[in-house]
Amino acid sequence: MINFFEVAETNEMIDKENLDVRTITLGISLLDCIDADLEKCKEKIYQKIKKAAGNLVATGEEISREFGIPIVNKRISLTPIALAGGACCRTPEDFVSIAKVLDQAAHEVGVNFIGGYSALVAKGMTKADQLLMESIPEALACTERVCSSVNLGSTRTGINMDAVRMMGGIIKKAAELTKERDSMGCTKLVVFCNAPDDNPFMAGAFHGVTEADQIINVGVSGPGVVKTALEKVRGENFEVLCETIKKTAFKVTRVGQLVAKEASRRMQVPFGIVDLSLAPTPAIGDSVADILCEIGLERAGAPGTTAALALLNDQVKKGGVMASSYVGGLSGAFIPVSEDQGMIDAVQAGALTLEKLEAMTCVCSVGLDMIAVPGDTKETTIAGIIADEMAIGMINQKTTAVRIIPVIGKGVGENVEFGGLLGHAPIMPVNSFGCDRFVNRGGRIPAPIHSFKN
Amino acid sequence: MKKTIITVVGKDTVGIIAKVCTYLAENGINILDISQTIVQGYFNMMMIVDTAKASKRSAEISEELKELGVEIGVVIKCQKEEIFDMMHRI
Repeated sequence: MINFFEVAETNEMIDKENLDVRTITLGISLLDCIDADLEKCKEKIYQKIKKAAGNLVATGEEISREFGIPIVNKRISLTPIALAGGACCRTPEDFVSIAKVLDQAAHEVGVNFIGGYSALVAKGMTKADQLLMESIPEALACTERVCSSVNLGSTRTGINMDAVRMMGGIIKKAAELTKERDSMGCTKLVVFCNAPDDNPFMAGAFHGVTEADQIINVGVSGPGVVKTALEKVRGENFEVLCETIKKTAFKVTRVGQLVAKEASRRMQVPFGIVDLSLAPTPAIGDSVADILCEIGLERAGAPGTTAALALLNDQVKKGGVMASSYVGGLSGAFIPVSEDQGMIDAVQAGALTLEKLEAMTCVCSVGLDMIAVPGDTKETTIAGIIADEMAIGMINQKTTAVRIIPVIGKGVGENVEFGGLLGHAPIMPVNSFGCDRFVNRGGRIPAPIHSFKN
Repeated sequence: MKKTIITVVGKDTVGIIAKVCTYLAENGINILDISQTIVQGYFNMMMIVDTAKASKRSAEISEELKELGVEIGVVIKCQKEEIFDMMHRI
């Protein structure tokens, strides 16, 4: 039987170390909402979301009360809208009108984000993909809860450099259209290489076409729990360090597995995956950078950071894999800047640069995340940063992403405040040398040699 | 049997157990096990209870116990056993 000590340990994690379930994300397929008539398509999408997700928030809250574990977000991911709306949208404005419907539905069912305003263009773009991508800045400016993502490359297909070039401009435009709100639009837009179909985390969540009609995916978190566990093994060798991370990740993931199974049972929607991520928040004691410091670095960004992050990421996976029957999504440590107080401090102290962050993305679970750069950063430079990140993903057969915010009207040394879970960020300097001739070549980068496995 | 773990933590005072037990009895909740200690004047109690025949839903019991805790000046948590089982047992 459960003993006093075990109960106390669990509750300590919840009360003092910010253990929570970061998100229950309901994936909904919109393939059956496709219609040649825009109005009919919008009505079908609206009705399907309302019906499928009507009790999502209430279910999440009930589970939270019964087990005494906070479930921070309830969210929805959808079939990429470029596919669902491709048959009826003739202009970017048509796509924007769908985004408004999504936003309304999200408000009505009470979820804080709805993802899937997306296009999958790893190899090429259809007309619909192109229209959707063009509509992203406006869609993000006129909605509150809609999140957008674009998959620009994969290990199997190479990198679509036309789309990379285009996204450089789109990110800039999204920043322009929301400039009076610190270019907030860009916080809801992410580009990927090797985007997973079952990621529950925003802004990159979408419901892949290989998925069932509906699915429950859960994202766990717990940087604070790992940090506290590591405080007890200060000075011990790497074996002890790694074992401690693994055991802690196991416990954290078990909670996610429990919540996922419960949500699946109560909503009568199949359980998809648990995403084993260490997702930080700006709250004190909920930081991945603090774990790196606990491992032995003076600041995140110091020499040794990439190695420390690599072992952390790997041990989180090793511990988590056994704790859940199905693991998927991004699964690893996130290293956003604005959402992690330790990262923010490291940038402000001059310890962490964009280049070091890029190196860190080779071994973490995603990529350059929530990075504020000067508003006058050129489109082609943003495209160059994206291309670098996509190349890391393509060659290393992993997911990489870029969520970068060129804050219009602000420069290096200034701060930007996004609020809530999105946090705040110092604006980071970007290498000022150009890459115009490179990104303007057009076409695509071929798939790497190790993708030919057949 | 539907096992639930109730934990009570706070400054020790007269009648904590009495009030919690009265609430449980009134709502058809059976106590299976109680363990309790006082560390530096702080009251720590863990109860294992069976809510199979309870007259209310788990989430409601959890809310009401939380409110009762506020009245007495202690923190009362009521959590289904599975969360601890999942975390500490393979």
